[in-house]
Amino acid sequence: MIDVLDAVKTYGSVRVVDGVRLTLPAGGLTSIVGPNGAGKSTLLSLIARLLEMDGGQVLVDGLDVTSTRSDVLATRIAALRQENHLTSRLTVRDLVTFGRYPHSKGRTTTEDLEHVARALEFLDLVPLADRFLDEMSGGQRQRAFVAMVLCQDTDVVLLDEPLNNLDPRHAVAMMERLRAAVDELGKTVVLVVHDINVAAHYSDHIVAMCDGAVMVEGSPREVIRPEVLSSVYGLPVEVHEIAGRPHATYFPPGRPSVTFSIA
Amino acid sequence: MSLEVRSLRPRDRAPSSAGLAPAPVDRRSRWVMIGLGVGLLLAAIAFMTVGAKGSWDFVLPFRGTKLLAMTLVGVAVAVSTVMFQTVTDNRILTPSIMGFDALYLLLQTFLVFTIGSARLAAVDGGVRFGGEVAVMVTFGVMLYRWLLIGARRSVHVLVLAGIVLGVLFRSLSSFMQRLIDPNEFQVLQDAMFASFNSFDRSLVWPAAGLLAVAVSVAWGLRRRLDVLLLGRERATSLGVDYRRTVGLVLVVVAVLVSVSTALVGPIMFFGLLVANLAYRIAGSHRHAVVMPAAALLGVLALVAGQTVLERVFAFDTALAVIIEFLGGIVFLALLVRGEKR
Repeated sequence: MIDVLDAVKTYGSVRVVDGVRLTLPAGGLTSIVGPNGAGKSTLLSLIARLLEMDGGQVLVDGLDVTSTRSDVLATRIAALRQENHLTSRLTVRDLVTFGRYPHSKGRTTTEDLEHVARALEFLDLVPLADRFLDEMSGGQRQRAFVAMVLCQDTDVVLLDEPLNNLDPRHAVAMMERLRAAVDELGKTVVLVVHDINVAAHYSDHIVAMCDGAVMVEGSPREVIRPEVLSSVYGLPVEVHEIAGRPHATYFPPGRPSVTFSIA
Repeated sequence: MSLEVRSLRPRDRAPSSAGLAPAPVDRRSRWVMIGLGVGLLLAAIAFMTVGAKGSWDFVLPFRGTKLLAMTLVGVAVAVSTVMFQTVTDNRILTPSIMGFDALYLLLQTFLVFTIGSARLAAVDGGVRFGGEVAVMVTFGVMLYRWLLIGARRSVHVLVLAGIVLGVLFRSLSSFMQRLIDPNEFQVLQDAMFASFNSFDRSLVWPAAGLLAVAVSVAWGLRRRLDVLLLGRERATSLGVDYRRTVGLVLVVVAVLVSVSTALVGPIMFFGLLVANLAYRIAGSHRHAVVMPAAALLGVLALVAGQTVLERVFAFDTALAVIIEFLGGIVFLALLVRGEKR
């Protein structure tokens, strides 16, 4: 259960997150969508206590993220930010093993190794386990970072654009796995995604942000509507029903309109 | 592995054996350590015995103190550089490059300028050493905290800040150096380069005590340092209290560098040299391997270098000059290659 109470983050005079009020129930997959600069990633970082708040409060399972000890929170929330640059040279296995740090504080146990092996398998990384991250493609690296976050084995998992750099096959696989983590392991997963149709297809809950505030939230059916999406993105968006599911198309008229969806 | 996504259920799967196999890098790291240890032992024996004339009762303690001083400096510079590079997330900057050496020089110049070399020489060595260490630790901690913990700054800004501070300190020093008596300047010149021939022997043991404390704190931090390699956000996400840990690391770094500099003098590029060599040969990212490897390399370089210098070149030059020459080349090479690792 995540409670965001009037969270504020400012950079200079710009209020990037401007009094967001949001409650996300435990369990379930929530997608945060919205245009660039809407404050999605910043909100995610505030929830994960990776940025300091300038006002408001975030509670995760009733724990205030600014005052609770970092190592206690690390056993409850795992977060992945967008940027995946590393200065030092690590193998995939090294990186994923770091995910166990909150539990074993660096003294890797047999149980940790099992978690690592499972996370590697879960993200299709076993053949790449001993490769160095700087010798891999962006998509492979992205999967390694997600594996590290899942290896942390927390109830709440926050992922900022986990589909970055992934080809359709791996994007679908990633979403299926996250869905499985929610349905079978009871995790609470919150994602920032750009592809509205991915959000529509896989989420239980969608939060649409614009200018640092939550504009609409609700089930995919409530949010994936032409008038809502058009005003969120400032772009005419049509929604069509395909195989019983809403699909958004957003290419300007004059060209043949294409449904762009990886699902 | 096929990509049947629906069947990927985390619970049903037994861990693959591939995930449990010991990493081959551990074995490599062990051999590297053994190699360095043996090399160091041989160098130390050579240093203690080659060309010894006269009574062993004199030679052994005399050379032994020197050997201990080199050990202290080698360990302090190597460990502090590795820690500093981990928390600044780069492989080019070292505490020395960030203005520490220039500060030491300024401190020496200021002392000679205000008190005068004659009266300074009369000051008890221990008091002077303690005072120098205290001033440099205070300054170092303040500077690094200001640079590293406050706002996020890029490596380039840090390099620039270090260079500007260095220039400031050096200009102040040279201003004062112009005003003092030429004889005083001569005294001061000795302080500008590290030397293992003209340090105060009575300070070796107090320095050893201080460094032992600092190094054991560093060793205790080794696992947290590993996590800091992932950068500020990921370390926080994994439960490391970033501010507190980096604050502590910086205090340890400041103590290590100050003690070593106050003991023998500044060696600017030495840390850069051994730390980057250690990253290359250690075969692991873990500080439990990299810090000892760098320390062994540091001591080995000093002891072997000093042996060659004393026995082959008959004290014709200072070891620091050679180290700075090699270290400077490595520094330039790293900058040119743009390697941030």
